[in-house]
Amino acid sequence: MTTEHVRRTPAPPEGTYLGMPKFATNAKVQLGDNQLRKNLRNATGTIRAKRVARVAEVPEWEELRLAGEAIKNRTLRHLDAYLVQLEESLTRAGAKVHWARDAAEANAIVVSLVKAKGVDEVVKVKSMATQEIELNEALEEAGIAAWETDLAELIVQLGHDRPSHILVPAIHRNRSEVREIFLREMKLYGTPAPDNLTDDPTVLAAAARTHLREKFLRAKVAVSGANFAVAETGTLVVVESEGNGRMCLTLPETLISVVGIEKVVPTLADLEVFMRLLPRSSTGERMNPYTSMWTGATPGDGPQDVHVVLIDNGRTRVLADPEGRPALRCIPCSACLNICPVYERVGGHAYGSVYPGPIGAVLTPQLRGTSSEIDKSLPFASTLCGACFEVCPVRIPIPDMLVHLRHQVADKKRHHPGVEQTAIAAAGWVLADRSHFELAQRAAALAGRLLPGRSHLGPLPWPASPWTDARDLPVPPSESFRAWWQRTRGETA
Amino acid sequence: MNARDEILNRVRSALADVVQPDPTLDVAVGWTYGRATAMPDVLERFVEMTLDYKALVRRVPATEVPDAVADLLVAAGVGSAVLPAGLDATWRAAIVAAGIAVHEDEPQLSRRELNAIDAVVTASAVSIAETGTIVLDHAPDQGRRALTLVPDTHLVVVRADQVVSDVPEAVGRLAAVVAEGNPLTWISGPSATSDIELTRVEGVHGPRTLLVVLAD
Ligand code: SF4
Repeated sequence: MTTEHVRRTPAPPEGTYLGMPKFATNAKVQLGDNQLRKNLRNATGTIRAKRVARVAEVPEWEELRLAGEAIKNRTLRHLDAYLVQLEESLTRAGAKVHWARDAAEANAIVVSLVKAKGVDEVVKVKSMATQEIELNEALEEAGIAAWETDLAELIVQLGHDRPSHILVPAIHRNRSEVREIFLREMKLYGTPAPDNLTDDPTVLAAAARTHLREKFLRAKVAVSGANFAVAETGTLVVVESEGNGRMCLTLPETLISVVGIEKVVPTLADLEVFMRLLPRSSTGERMNPYTSMWTGATPGDGPQDVHVVLIDNGRTRVLADPEGRPALRCIPCSACLNICPVYERVGGHAYGSVYPGPIGAVLTPQLRGTSSEIDKSLPFASTLCGACFEVCPVRIPIPDMLVHLRHQVADKKRHHPGVEQTAIAAAGWVLADRSHFELAQRAAALAGRLLPGRSHLGPLPWPASPWTDARDLPVPPSESFRAWWQRTRGETA
Repeated sequence: MNARDEILNRVRSALADVVQPDPTLDVAVGWTYGRATAMPDVLERFVEMTLDYKALVRRVPATEVPDAVADLLVAAGVGSAVLPAGLDATWRAAIVAAGIAVHEDEPQLSRRELNAIDAVVTASAVSIAETGTIVLDHAPDQGRRALTLVPDTHLVVVRADQVVSDVPEAVGRLAAVVAEGNPLTWISGPSATSDIELTRVEGVHGPRTLLVVLAD
């Protein structure tokens, strides 16, 4: 008999992102999934409408976007100085700073910190940085259970699934599926769901509260990301909705925050810009329900053993290309996903990455720097309509960057100049009619074969975001793409 | 080379195109910090925006705060409450007089003890009218962070002079206390999620009931 490793947490789906087929193939599979398409249209339409309403309340919105862009540019262009300042501030405030060149190094640091505490489980607040480095699986291999505590992440984890949206990662699941997952899985990993569980979202949320409360009450170690890290003071910021973030950041003895080096902002005052830009762009709220800010360890309040792991994992290679650098301004709000006609149709899974949507199409190929089929096709997962730039709170020129990436193809294959044009045209057709997807698919596949093994930009990272919420507004009636397009173009012009 | 030095070296060589060493001269930020946002009535806007989050708001003259605190707790069916050490003595007396079992956090209550208490009553540091946000800086009249997190009901008292128009003024007021190392908790309505089919559910892990007393 073989002794198999007994997993502590639900196994994720088979296969890896990198092993995924190219975008167009995934997209075709996802297009066949009616539940996914319905949920996504519903979600993106609702969040989009709320964003428009909340942005319209701020007369100086464009001024704020320019300020956000400028502050981030200033930071990125002097990142070495701000990182050193951040390290000093954190150390002075009683935090221990660690540096990680890549995912493996970051995972090893976290694993050894957890082992040093002599525990075999951690609670986690949703963080794209830890998804990027696949920390949960690294902990699992070390015999440490990592419990996701965000409701959507819990649904994804218990469902042996992957997130499909930055903001609402379980949007591809309907309420009856969530009920089945909770009934089947919760009892295997802790407090069971009640037998009389219904599919009412209030009842399902209450079951999640009860299931996770036990874990919060006993957890000795928590792992988080951070939305911002203030160089001047050493203050970290986590923006969230449910309170699971506060639980993780407050109750355990040890707090380990995994933070991408691009998360730095120079001063506390700079938060006045980002705390206005982010909630309105993201969930379409004036403010998210909870924001936590902490500065090292506070005597008598919260974790006394505080660690910050600053990760590179490809970010410096992005930084090195002035054309790619603006992508590091991203404050993962997901506005560009919600406005994107391609994303709305195919969903997050088709992008084969923890970073979906327009910004994912730019970042993922560079983040991973691989020659996989999926990565080569991503720069073509766009119609270059420009809506993503218009909604981006830090004015990242995503369409220009996609064109830049595509030009690399043309440059490399100068003797086949027509290929790229065909691909772009076909991608544009995707939205006109579902049958046109076939054409886009073929063109994208052709272009994908011609792309070089590595893009010029180098790997790109993706920031951490504990976003989870999207509050309710009446769902707009379903409408044709054309009608939607005309309406939203009007909105964002 | 260790990871720190190698990453900093990578950053420096990535930024070879940056010639101006002074960040503020290199990139201008055309933004004036700390400005107020114009609005007809800051307090009215605060009440309106807080109600919009489905929090319960009671606006009373300062002298009536103790009674309002006790009334709201009783109306919410609260049987026990934890009170931070620095809480106003008149509020404390009113809570005790209302027959609510009072718990102190000295010595610090365990997580499980906190979990068995119905409510917490606190003051606050700064509030933001435009967003309906209440900021705690966890001074002695608010207590450590766990107090305002684990019990299911949070009653918070906001003084009129603590309410500012918008985020920039709030960040300005909070700078000093952050520099001293205090954590901040920004609260905008009760805990909420829309993770299941975008249906809004009030209250997941944080307090499911938020009661606000605005003292004029
Ligand atoms: S690229 Fe811009 S719009 Fe897209 S997630 Fe990042 S900040 Fe938001």
